[in-house]
Amino acid sequence: MSEVKDKTNINAEEKVLSTLNLGPTHPATHGIFQNVLKMDGDIIRGAESTIGYIHRAFEKIAERRPYNQITPLTDRMNYCSSPINNMGWEMTVEKLINAEIPKRVQYMRVIIMELSRIADHIICNSVIGVDTGAMTGFLYVFQYREKIYEIFEEICGARLTTNIGRIGGFERNWSPVVWAKIDALLEELPKGLKEFENLLMRNRIFIDRVSGCGPITAERALAYSFTGPNLRAAGVDYDVRVAKPYSSYEEFTFNIPVGSTGDTYDRFMVREQEMWESISIIKQALEKVKKEPADIFHGNVPEFYLPDKQEVYNNMEALIYHFKIVMGEMDVPAGEVYHAVEGGNGELGFYLVSDGGRSPYRLHFRRPCFIYYQAYTEMIKGGMLSDAILTMSSMNVIAGELDA
Amino acid sequence: MENTLLTTLTEKLKAKFGADLINAEQQYDFPVFTIRKDKIIDIVKSLQEDGFNFLTDLTGIHYPDNKGQELGVIYHLHDMPKNTRIRLKIFTSINDPSVPTLTGLFPGANWMERETFDFFGIKFTGHPNLKRILNMDEMNYHPMRKEYPLEDAKRDDKDNSMFGR
Repeated sequence: MSEVKDKTNINAEEKVLSTLNLGPTHPATHGIFQNVLKMDGDIIRGAESTIGYIHRAFEKIAERRPYNQITPLTDRMNYCSSPINNMGWEMTVEKLINAEIPKRVQYMRVIIMELSRIADHIICNSVIGVDTGAMTGFLYVFQYREKIYEIFEEICGARLTTNIGRIGGFERNWSPVVWAKIDALLEELPKGLKEFENLLMRNRIFIDRVSGCGPITAERALAYSFTGPNLRAAGVDYDVRVAKPYSSYEEFTFNIPVGSTGDTYDRFMVREQEMWESISIIKQALEKVKKEPADIFHGNVPEFYLPDKQEVYNNMEALIYHFKIVMGEMDVPAGEVYHAVEGGNGELGFYLVSDGGRSPYRLHFRRPCFIYYQAYTEMIKGGMLSDAILTMSSMNVIAGELDA
Repeated sequence: MENTLLTTLTEKLKAKFGADLINAEQQYDFPVFTIRKDKIIDIVKSLQEDGFNFLTDLTGIHYPDNKGQELGVIYHLHDMPKNTRIRLKIFTSINDPSVPTLTGLFPGANWMERETFDFFGIKFTGHPNLKRILNMDEMNYHPMRKEYPLEDAKRDDKDNSMFGR
């Protein structure tokens, strides 16, 4: 809703603002964060955010864990698209040790990352519908998220906190079931997305509800260090996959959808279009994978990647590597590296300072959600309470990534 | 290409700020500049005018062995149009952990500095709202400093002899 006319003739300074606690546990906020709002009737005049309810001290824990044991920590940041976090961490360590990863592994990683991006955007867009009252889209389109979960389960055994991949590649080659499931998903997902779009995208009621809700200009978004779909909705075409390609993204052709006003409708549309782009990237990756030898699923990093069991029983070096990896004693060069991937919410960065020991000296996660949530209090000022809920869900604020 | 970025920026910074640039090196694909903490606002402002208009990240670090320079703040800046990135480091003593704030230049530094204060105790002078952000307000120590162990040492409900901690 765009403008609200003030029909009272009370002078603004004489008004007494009421305080409303949009508390940490609230059925409408998706996650645990608190906002204390100063309300003038139904209009928000000021807000103050409190976060940290799900702070799990990942950065401190990471200083005590060997490199391959940090991957499960990264799962739990943006848990809606945890494979992207895992892959980002593995690529950071591979950058530190200057590992060379075969093309087939890179294409497989692209497939996994794009599948999890689709999963994340499915949640965000259907939940925008739910917050406006349109529950149907959510119910129908979550079926495809279930199919994506089944693909992850075939590959790594877990659905949500996947711990997928290893430093160097994947833990085992993908079975034919995985490829069959990906093909089946690519058959059905376009129809499902089209059905979801028919429900909401050109719906007059929906557009009236979400247009102009929680806008942000491109200058303010850049000043607040926004990245990801929220920044692209404001009009800046910055995508880490294009600016600093990793894992062979430079070989893929895809568009970057960009909005104009940065309001909820633009964020919805940007995410919707990104899902179509992800489907196209997965199709291209499947074509590329077919051209590579089908038995490669990890790079040659024997110090980080568990060797084959037959090798371990027969070969002395493999036995030593196996022992060292399981006990968590790896040799890494000393140095510092920053690697960023395009997560579901924006530039997910890993700043790793290593002193040559078995665990990082300092590991810092550049969490996009934490950084752009600062602007939330500015974005909801002057709007109504229900618009504040809608803005929060359209920004895809995920509590795990907020607090880490 | 990155080496030229390191050399061009080192020349520029040396020409403008001389001895305030303490060190310049290349770490993997990032030029890293160590500068004096009093000049951080001037240097970042001049870099901002040069095109580095995006603050990617701001974080802290603790080197207990560098006497007099224990706590550090690390900035990652990004020049989006030219697609280049640099890293800036400043160090301060643990007895006087105050650093000028960047919130005037980058509003996005607000919460990043609060997190660094929460974890390391670095006070950002001029910050509008320097409170703890992720930990409890009642906490009276800064947990990411190296002297604090991962677990509470006074715990008596776990038997550590069986688990090699």
